[in-house]
Amino acid sequence: MSKKTLTFALMDPPYESENLTTAFRILDAAARRGHTINVFAYEGASALAFTKQVPHANPVHGKNLAEENHPTTKDQVAALLVLAEKSGGKVDWVNCGMCVDERGVAEFIAGTRRGSPADLHTFSEASDNVLVIPTK
Amino acid sequence: MAKKTLNIVESAYRAVMEEQDDTILWLLAAMQGAGAEHTVVLRGNAVNYAVAGQGAPGLTVGEWKQSQAPRMDKDVIDLIETRKIPVYVIEEDLAARGIGKNDLIPGAKLLGSKMLPKLMADYQIVSHW
Repeated sequence: MSKKTLTFALMDPPYESENLTTAFRILDAAARRGHTINVFAYEGASALAFTKQVPHANPVHGKNLAEENHPTTKDQVAALLVLAEKSGGKVDWVNCGMCVDERGVAEFIAGTRRGSPADLHTFSEASDNVLVIPTK
Repeated sequence: MAKKTLNIVESAYRAVMEEQDDTILWLLAAMQGAGAEHTVVLRGNAVNYAVAGQGAPGLTVGEWKQSQAPRMDKDVIDLIETRKIPVYVIEEDLAARGIGKNDLIPGAKLLGSKMLPKLMADYQIVSHW
């Protein structure tokens, strides 16, 4: 199977919709196949890689921190980067600079970077396909 | 004595995978623990929360695996049995989705949509989520 270059534009913030679960399932599948992946994290999605996300216990579930094993999207992004590298692909994850500034989430995990709408344009020009998963 | 609140829950499956529950049902359970007196009406797509045996596989991204994926039917059973929160399900919304009464968890009460206004009259607060 030939390797493709795929661009994804994400918009939803963490913990607000099911769109990101769908996005991460697709990203995982693409990374396992070694495709080159570009992600433009726009608007609320610019908080996906924010380093200060912290998992929590859940008293309503009656579960402590370890038992609840609460997901953080920064861990999912980190796992995606590792997976892509192992599979012979790569991920260029761009956090919209103005979006992170206005949200105060400009500290993002290593392996992702700050960018601008020009990156989405560059990604789109160089990609075999582009998938926008917009917020509703 | 707490004010009686009727909560009409219509938004469904919004971030349940990331939160590992529904944020509104979670909120109501937590408030009940703090002394609130809630009742829930599931309508629209939220009627599916009362369907027994549901559940999506946890998310996997590379080596990261979700171990506590949500089970909404169990969360609703917890509301009914543990929290003592009555849960109604709108009959017409079930029928529109092809969900049979036998598909529901035990303890969920059916409510015809025409009976909803009458039910509202029994509560001091009505919240639509």
